[in-house]
Amino acid sequence: MSQPQPIGSPLVHIAGVEKYFQRGAEKIHVLAELNLAVAPGEFLALMGPSGSGKSTLLNLIGGLDRPTKGTVTVAGERIDQLSDRQLADWRARHIGFVFQLYNLMPVLNAERNVELPLLLTHLNAAQRAQHVAAALALVGLSHRAKHFPRTLSGGEQQRVGIARGIVTDPTLLLCDEPTGDLDRKAGDEILDLLCALNREHGKTIVMVTHDPHASARASRTVHLFKGQITNEAVK
Amino acid sequence: MSGLLNWLSQVAAITKFGLLSIPQRRGSVAATICGTAGVVAVFIGVLSIATGFRRVMASSGAPDAAIVLRSGADSEMVSGFGRDETRLIADAPGLARNARGPLVSAELFVIINLPKRSTGTDANVPLRGVEGAAAEVREQLKIVSGRMFEPGKNEVIVGVGAAREFAGLDAGAVVKVGRESWPVVGIFTASGGLAESEMWTDAKVLQAAYQRGDSFQSVYARLASPGAFQQFKDALTSNPRLSVKVERVSDYYAGQSTMLASLITGLGVLIAALMAVGAVFGALNTMYSAVAARTREIATLRALGFGSGAVVLALMLESLALALGGGAIGAGAAYAVFNNFTAATMNWQSFSQVTFAFAVTPTLLVQGVIWATLIGLIGGLLPAIRAARLPIASALREL
Repeated sequence: MSQPQPIGSPLVHIAGVEKYFQRGAEKIHVLAELNLAVAPGEFLALMGPSGSGKSTLLNLIGGLDRPTKGTVTVAGERIDQLSDRQLADWRARHIGFVFQLYNLMPVLNAERNVELPLLLTHLNAAQRAQHVAAALALVGLSHRAKHFPRTLSGGEQQRVGIARGIVTDPTLLLCDEPTGDLDRKAGDEILDLLCALNREHGKTIVMVTHDPHASARASRTVHLFKGQITNEAVK
Repeated sequence: MSGLLNWLSQVAAITKFGLLSIPQRRGSVAATICGTAGVVAVFIGVLSIATGFRRVMASSGAPDAAIVLRSGADSEMVSGFGRDETRLIADAPGLARNARGPLVSAELFVIINLPKRSTGTDANVPLRGVEGAAAEVREQLKIVSGRMFEPGKNEVIVGVGAAREFAGLDAGAVVKVGRESWPVVGIFTASGGLAESEMWTDAKVLQAAYQRGDSFQSVYARLASPGAFQQFKDALTSNPRLSVKVERVSDYYAGQSTMLASLITGLGVLIAALMAVGAVFGALNTMYSAVAARTREIATLRALGFGSGAVVLALMLESLALALGGGAIGAGAAYAVFNNFTAATMNWQSFSQVTFAFAVTPTLLVQGVIWATLIGLIGGLLPAIRAARLPIASALREL
């Protein structure tokens, strides 16, 4: 379950974060002295051209990567100091991921895909089935529960991906180009769904996109360029 | 406890995805299974030869049977006794007796050439001259066809192994050796022992036919009990008129089987080890391609919170499952093809052929499964570690 945050304190707090990769003798800076706060219940869009560092920033917030310097605090916990194993446990408890290419298991049907994060909890099979049914109902795919990914459209696969992302009621939903592989109509449906999750269910969402049409749906948009925040727009 | 169950459920889930995705990788999976099956089948097949050979030799003597050879002789071929010496041996204490006297058979041993049924090439077949008590000394001897030879006549009985492997030894046939003709009057079994590879006749007739005078090469004796061996041995070795060596028959034949069995076992293990190296590379290839094909899936699971340790163990289990599948097929094939397959080979201690059946024993099957397990574990380890170390962030975007 999401941890309650003190009123006014950010859910995500990035402070003085730097990230660079070493390629031979060369240092490639991806993020430079970056500061960012995301409030609980916010729907934040990270925008920028390729190589601007928006996906790296999302990975740092999601505990998939560590900063070279600086701190990453999520729900009051310094995740940049956690070990790989602690990070894996932390992700299971706090983060729901939605990927551009859906990343569903082709050998599992929709409900088994949605159930995956629940295998990391202490819920029994009946409880897991209840949570899966609720998540699929929320994304409007109850009737496709037994279908395998190859028999679902791109939009439906992304809905399954979103159901998998929210089934554990995570603290934070991180979406990496969730409409990037969809046509405009399907993309709009996914954005409608994310907006509904944010407004009606209070989900805090951080979404990476390079599509202005998608970022326009967020409550705040942060623009990145060469690893630095260049502009912020609040709706 | 619940943490462990949670971890095991992760392992089970990842293993399940791997096994369910096998149909998408059936080519490399089939290669791994076939490779492992081949290793296990060859390993079991070759070692079943040594096991069968050892079993024949080990079946050749009851614990209360003893053999007496001239001191310093390693085999009957290089041993020799006169009639006086065999009488002294028969008078020793500790021997079993019946109404006709002690159960002792002084024997001589010659080798004749007969063609193998399988190849038509000549092979050395032992022709043993025995005395009247020979069948009682070896209590497991049983005539299964025809009758016992009559003392004083040029007649032979033939062990079932020899009759099966060599041409012209069926009951009723006549074996011609030199100027002598030897009608085959009976076929016998000896509980799978070495005697089944031999032909037997009356010792006196064989002495005459081969101009051996009244000499023998060995004395077989039945003891009053297994515990009487030491008494019998001490009496003979302390007799100043004799220079002999005394062994239990079972120990004597076990010693004779050592060289050949060790050679076959060594070759079998060497061949299997060389094949296993190839099979390990097959398993490595399969599991590396499995990891490559599922890079994004594995990264997704790890992003969701599945642990690296669970990924490693699951991939190892998958590799192990494939190898054990191959091992089971190989073991089954080896059992079907090799078990009880009959053959003859040279016993280098007696320079004569020993017929025997390949023996695929439970021990060999277990050893085969152990080989398969090792192939699976070695073949799965490196790809599993690679899968667990892939950077999640970049692997999530793999196509």
